[in-house]
Amino acid sequence: MENSARPLLADPRFQRIAAPLFVGLVLLALWQLLCVTLKVPTYLVPTPLDIGRTLVADGPMLFAALLVTLKITFLSFALAVLLGVIAAFLFVQSRVIEASLFPYAILLQVTPVVAVAPLIIIWVSNTTLALTICATLVAIFPIISNTVLGLRSVNPGLLNLFRLNRASRWQTLLRLRIPSALPYFFGGLRIASGLALIGAVVAEFVAGTGGTGAGLAYQILQAGFQLNIPRLFAALFLIALTGVLLFSLMAALARVSLGHWHESEQG
Amino acid sequence: MLMHTLSVDTARPAPGAPCEAALPVLLANQVEKTYPNGTQALQRLKLSIERGEFVSLLGPSGCGKSTLLKMFAGLESPSAGHVRWWGKGSLDTDQPGQRMAMVFQEATLMPWARVADNARLPLDLAGVPKAEGNARVQAALELVGLGKFGGVYPRELSGGMQMRASIARALAVQPNLLLMDEPFGALDEFTRNRLDSDLRDLWRSRDLTVVFVTHSIYEAVFLSSRVVVMGARPGRVLADVAIEGPEVRDEAFRTSAPFIEQCARLSALLAEANADSAH
Ligand SMILES: Nc1ncnc2c1ncn2[C@@H]1O[C@H](COP(=O)(O)OP(=O)(O)O)[C@@H](O)[C@H]1O
Ligand SMILES: [Mg+2]
Repeated sequence: MENSARPLLADPRFQRIAAPLFVGLVLLALWQLLCVTLKVPTYLVPTPLDIGRTLVADGPMLFAALLVTLKITFLSFALAVLLGVIAAFLFVQSRVIEASLFPYAILLQVTPVVAVAPLIIIWVSNTTLALTICATLVAIFPIISNTVLGLRSVNPGLLNLFRLNRASRWQTLLRLRIPSALPYFFGGLRIASGLALIGAVVAEFVAGTGGTGAGLAYQILQAGFQLNIPRLFAALFLIALTGVLLFSLMAALARVSLGHWHESEQG
Repeated sequence: MLMHTLSVDTARPAPGAPCEAALPVLLANQVEKTYPNGTQALQRLKLSIERGEFVSLLGPSGCGKSTLLKMFAGLESPSAGHVRWWGKGSLDTDQPGQRMAMVFQEATLMPWARVADNARLPLDLAGVPKAEGNARVQAALELVGLGKFGGVYPRELSGGMQMRASIARALAVQPNLLLMDEPFGALDEFTRNRLDSDLRDLWRSRDLTVVFVTHSIYEAVFLSSRVVVMGARPGRVLADVAIEGPEVRDEAFRTSAPFIEQCARLSALLAEANADSAH
């Protein structure tokens, strides 16, 4: 037993996947145990088993809501990546452009989305579009700032090499600046994917739209009103799971693209 | 290790027109460099380098060796005076017989590209057809002993091998003027000596003028046909010393009396240079 446990523990795949799963299971068991022994009422803190049962019972409804939230998340993430990368390329064209526009990018970052969401929802009548815009506002900044940083973090020796060989601006961009920026860009992607989800949920909260287009945030609001705490937790669980999966997806993407050369993906 | 592969593609090209052949490959005339922050890196520097010479720039740190080399590479322009390449005010890279390549202190390889792709970069940038580029790169890699490492990423190579890859990149250009800025400064002495020998053999076997920056007296004497001793604050030429030695230099030369004498002479000159700059 002890002998077989050691190599398993040393396996990096085990460490990455099984270890956190194990911690999760222990915490859930502890939660279940505490709720049962302390007789905590379900309307305050439901047990993990209660939540699991709700997840199955309300499955179709929650899943439909999840799809709505996912749609907003992916739309806004894609938009943030597209616009963020365009903005970053614009910024690195000249210091003047960056100096005059960057403060406004920061403005995007520091303005709480809950404060501007009502305005956007009033201005844009299409709910999906309004929510997507809100979530994009939340997710775009790390893409801009990381990509700008990456495009500027070119090894000066390599830059000299390109100058020496009379590389055109275009060649330098394609063969030097973009590859140098990739590790930073992927770092931005990881942060932005989580922020897109948060932005989508927050925007849904503010919009409070129900009906067929209701997302997970609406389910949480409704469950709160009805004191249906297990369903609230079930929705929360789905959001958290989505966040973790998004992050893992971005990490896998980075590994596939950078694994052969960048230090961050070694070992 | 290099010597066996040298003779294959290294026939010296026919010399240029007589008047052209008489022109120095590099000429720095009353060159000054003052950086925007006010540092005067070079003061009224005059230096002429003839075709086929191996010239080392030797001097203490901060005496403007890199600045001068960057000027020769066209990466910096002088604040006063002028630089001439083959008698002209700018480098004409398309001109056969007037190609220039530079090797930096670090290997400066693109970590995301395989060694062969790294070495092909200057050719790709110049629009050389892929097939021809690949052939030239393979020849250059074999020349530096990396023939089997074209498909490998730089991080899988040792420091010495990365430096060889960097030299292969320069050689693939088939340069007539090779600028090297302390290329072996970060390597251990054993590897450095071996690369020095290889470089010397390479220079002898083709139509190549080398300007080599170093702060190692031994390296300068071993490699060069001429050593230019520079002093700091402001950077200037203190002495211009022709090196006596056999055409073919090996380990025996490193321990010969002429070698040691010339090292001692340069050492004295350098001590003078350092004493000057201490004031
Ligand atoms: N880009 C730069 N800006 C300002 N000062 C510089 C720059 N590059 C070099 N210098 C200064 O110029 C002097 C010569 O530098 P350098 O040519 O690198 O000397 P070396 O290569 O001989 O060590 C030093 O005092 C250095 O600090
Ligand atoms: Mg230097």
